[in-house]
Amino acid sequence: MNITRRVFLKSSGLSLLGFSAVPPFLQRLTLSNTAGNKKILVTVFQRGAADGLNVVAPFAENLYYRLRPSIAIPQPSAGNRESLIDLDGFFGFHPALGSLKTLFDQQHLAVVHAVGSPDSTRSHFDAQDFMETATPGVKSTTDGWLNRHLQSRKDPGETAFRAVAMTANLPRALRGQAPALAMSRLNDFELKTGGQNSAVKAAFESMYEQSVDSVLGGTGSDAFEAIRFLKKANPGQYQAARGVQYPRSPFGNSLKQVAQIIKANVGLEVAFVESNGWDHHVAEGGVQGQLASRLSDLALGLSAFHRDMEARMDEIVVLTMSEFGRTVRENGNRGTDHGHATSLFVLGGPIRGGKVYGQWPGLEAEQLFEGRDLALTTDFRSVFAEVILKHLGNRNLDKVFPNYEVKPDQFSNVFS
Amino acid sequence: MPHIKSAWVIGTLILSQVLCFPAGFQSREKDKPAASLTEDQRIVHVLNRAGFGPRPGDVERVRRLGVEKYIASQLQPWMIDDAAVESRLSGLKTLTMSTSQLIEQYPPRMQSLTNQEKSRDEVQGKSSNEVDDTGRLKTLAGNRPGRIIGELAQAKLLRAVYSERQLQEVMVDFWSNHFNVFAAKGANKWLITAYDRDVIRPHALGKFKDLLEATAKSPAMLFYLDNWMSANPDASLNLNRLRSLRPRRNRLGGLSGLGGRGEPNDRKMDNGSENPQRRAGRKLGLNENYARELMELHTLGVDGGYTQQDIIEVARCLTGWTISRPRQDGEFRFARLLHDDGEKTVLGHKISSGGGIRDGEKVLEILADHPSTAKFIALKLTRRFVSDEPPAALVARVAQVFRKTEGNISSMLQTILRAPEFYSHEAYRAKVKTPFELVASSIRALGGETQGGVPLLRAISQMGEPLYLCQPPTGFPDRAEAWVSTGALVNRLNFGLALAGNQLPGTRVTLESLVSTLDQPSEDLVQALTTRILQGEVSPQTLNTLRNVTVERDAGVASRDLGLGPAKIAGLLLGSPEFQRQ
Repeated sequence: MNITRRVFLKSSGLSLLGFSAVPPFLQRLTLSNTAGNKKILVTVFQRGAADGLNVVAPFAENLYYRLRPSIAIPQPSAGNRESLIDLDGFFGFHPALGSLKTLFDQQHLAVVHAVGSPDSTRSHFDAQDFMETATPGVKSTTDGWLNRHLQSRKDPGETAFRAVAMTANLPRALRGQAPALAMSRLNDFELKTGGQNSAVKAAFESMYEQSVDSVLGGTGSDAFEAIRFLKKANPGQYQAARGVQYPRSPFGNSLKQVAQIIKANVGLEVAFVESNGWDHHVAEGGVQGQLASRLSDLALGLSAFHRDMEARMDEIVVLTMSEFGRTVRENGNRGTDHGHATSLFVLGGPIRGGKVYGQWPGLEAEQLFEGRDLALTTDFRSVFAEVILKHLGNRNLDKVFPNYEVKPDQFSNVFS
Repeated sequence: MPHIKSAWVIGTLILSQVLCFPAGFQSREKDKPAASLTEDQRIVHVLNRAGFGPRPGDVERVRRLGVEKYIASQLQPWMIDDAAVESRLSGLKTLTMSTSQLIEQYPPRMQSLTNQEKSRDEVQGKSSNEVDDTGRLKTLAGNRPGRIIGELAQAKLLRAVYSERQLQEVMVDFWSNHFNVFAAKGANKWLITAYDRDVIRPHALGKFKDLLEATAKSPAMLFYLDNWMSANPDASLNLNRLRSLRPRRNRLGGLSGLGGRGEPNDRKMDNGSENPQRRAGRKLGLNENYARELMELHTLGVDGGYTQQDIIEVARCLTGWTISRPRQDGEFRFARLLHDDGEKTVLGHKISSGGGIRDGEKVLEILADHPSTAKFIALKLTRRFVSDEPPAALVARVAQVFRKTEGNISSMLQTILRAPEFYSHEAYRAKVKTPFELVASSIRALGGETQGGVPLLRAISQMGEPLYLCQPPTGFPDRAEAWVSTGALVNRLNFGLALAGNQLPGTRVTLESLVSTLDQPSEDLVQALTTRILQGEVSPQTLNTLRNVTVERDAGVASRDLGLGPAKIAGLLLGSPEFQRQ
């Protein structure tokens, strides 16, 4: 795995240490990037179970208002900023998503509703694992769906930066045989030796490369490779495009850095970003409140990223996801508890946006899952598979989604 | 005593045939013979697992005392004089303050913030701006509430480094994580100190059910997992009586002074809905959050055999378990008016109506006595002390001890710390250190002097373990794969270099104290430092690297005699793959 790749890179003379000229491989990569061939997927995991019903609300359903007397968002009303933003006469965006409405109208943003996992667990921990391994109900899966994509679609020009998670620790979705980087901050990702740089770095590299500790050894080698790359490419030099303002939050910073990595042309294909704090059992709030502030952060971040990437956005897809939704009925503390299906966003150049996809199951008592949650009509793997196939061009869907029969004729067809 | 020793060796050999160590055992060196550990290795192993690693001189001390006696003394921490560490903590005033004192002396700067800004900050974990954009704890300053968490983290680190009651500190770390509370959530900033001092510490080596009950009745846990707001839905009918309970506005800018968000009758949460029913009265109701995590994470485990219905029934039993107003110290209070006094069935046990507070207490008893709990706790303990995939037979024995002793933690530890599996080669240096363990063990290994301040806490946080700031109730992971990522590893290497090079304000190491003299050829220096820091146990590859590393002179000519200085060598050792493990 690692060893093969490193040998390949090394034998091509790709050690960048001490090179002043740009190696041929990097030149090729740069050329191919500017030729616009490299597709990029950015996944955003909203941890905590995002309340899809209040993010994209079915205002045409009376039951939505009856079952959520204090937290339902008022019907769209022109001139009233404290009401839903009408999308299609049935669904409306939470008002905090104003900045995404433009993208929706420009057909760069699509919603998939009533999507989720067929497994009925309401444990955050398990459900996140199931979604990140894309094997609902199975706890023994060791690798994540994104890593299996990397494994099953070899890229001869692949670099140390093919997959990056902007997190302190590698998320489950990217764990596996294929190398992936985890870093919470680009600036921290270098050895601070305080003098005698090359000797110390060389010593560390040697220790880790030769280590019989396979777990640590592999990680160490990947890290040093990435550090070298980063130094040469210096993504930090790339400022956001004029007028683009990322929200000053962990989520905003993560997206900003993903943008820098993309602009640095170091071969990024898959990025993983987290948005935390979606678990509001108490005082979720309607128009204002916890959910609203999370949505504001999400929307401002996504729209800033979209504007920042400019024309590059044609090759980029951003996919949001959350482990499950929340109860249809509000609970006794004006919050909601763990639910089932939810909504997600697909954002990017190549998609057919401006639409809410998915089959709406309804909110009548008998239509709810276990009498309390929004029912599932689209398996999340179907959406993921469509992205993997149509955007990243990987046909090995049975490898990426084991024990799941991908039915292309049942795709939502978010992609043209 | 030779006969015991040979019996030990034979026993180990037999066991290593009989026990099937799972494939998940981190077998790093595949051709290791099945011989037992040397005496010194056993000492190092105990110091690493039942503590935060050896300081200079510790191995010799334990050798003189004997491992058995050392373990026995560690299991009775109250008998160990710890005046030295206590004097280091004396400057941290918040540690000994009551919740009400903390609220009074460290008021939030929230009065001027709007509600929206407050909730935005809190949801992002900004906790009234104690945490910066990247989620890191800012400098402790003045009388800001962030200082409370900061002092707690500082104390935790100082104890790990300097306390003689090492096993107790390991267990406090373990239980704090098992019963995780996110300190930055709303009122928890003021509740967490009492949680650490009065709930976790006193019971860390005691009985599990006592610890469990203490957490269940702790304001910190009740607030963190929302149980303080959980109420019988019919309680809202008693509006008049409830109004008399409604606290007046106070310093903390909210009702009952606990962050002001989400209280049942908190008018600020009016979201502008036009629903007239809302104006008439607030709807109260059941909150399942704590009930679920109590079973999933604290006792039975996710596969322990509970249903959604059980969660609801447990939540019903726990209604009324709430927090009093801060004028009354932010203490546990059982509010009868909020309690659902009907009949319930929990995991097949019938709980008659009219039980009041006994309902919740019965639930805790049922859970503590449940066989799944014995298994789950045994598994977690064994994973912590032995290996990421602990041998099933040992886990079963520990679970049995749990059942036999009604969850006596000390007894379970004795079983683990005397088990042949514990002293096996498969377990030796098998665990990857958490960031906290790495930092503490690094300072201990170098005999360093520290105040345990922000630069260290920041390093721990950057490696992925911000102390007391783990958001989800699952706590920090206890397996290698979670800690070994590229970014985290780079941070670990940088930490080792910074520590050895005295680049961390507030912390100082004097390498001269480790080796007889620094003025020796680098090869000897490498040997001396390796002996000190890793008890000489490095792979031939690492030793070779360190011996041969050279410094290029400006003239481009490498000189073997020059080597790297002691600080760099020590830094390399602290960052070595070997030192990442314990």
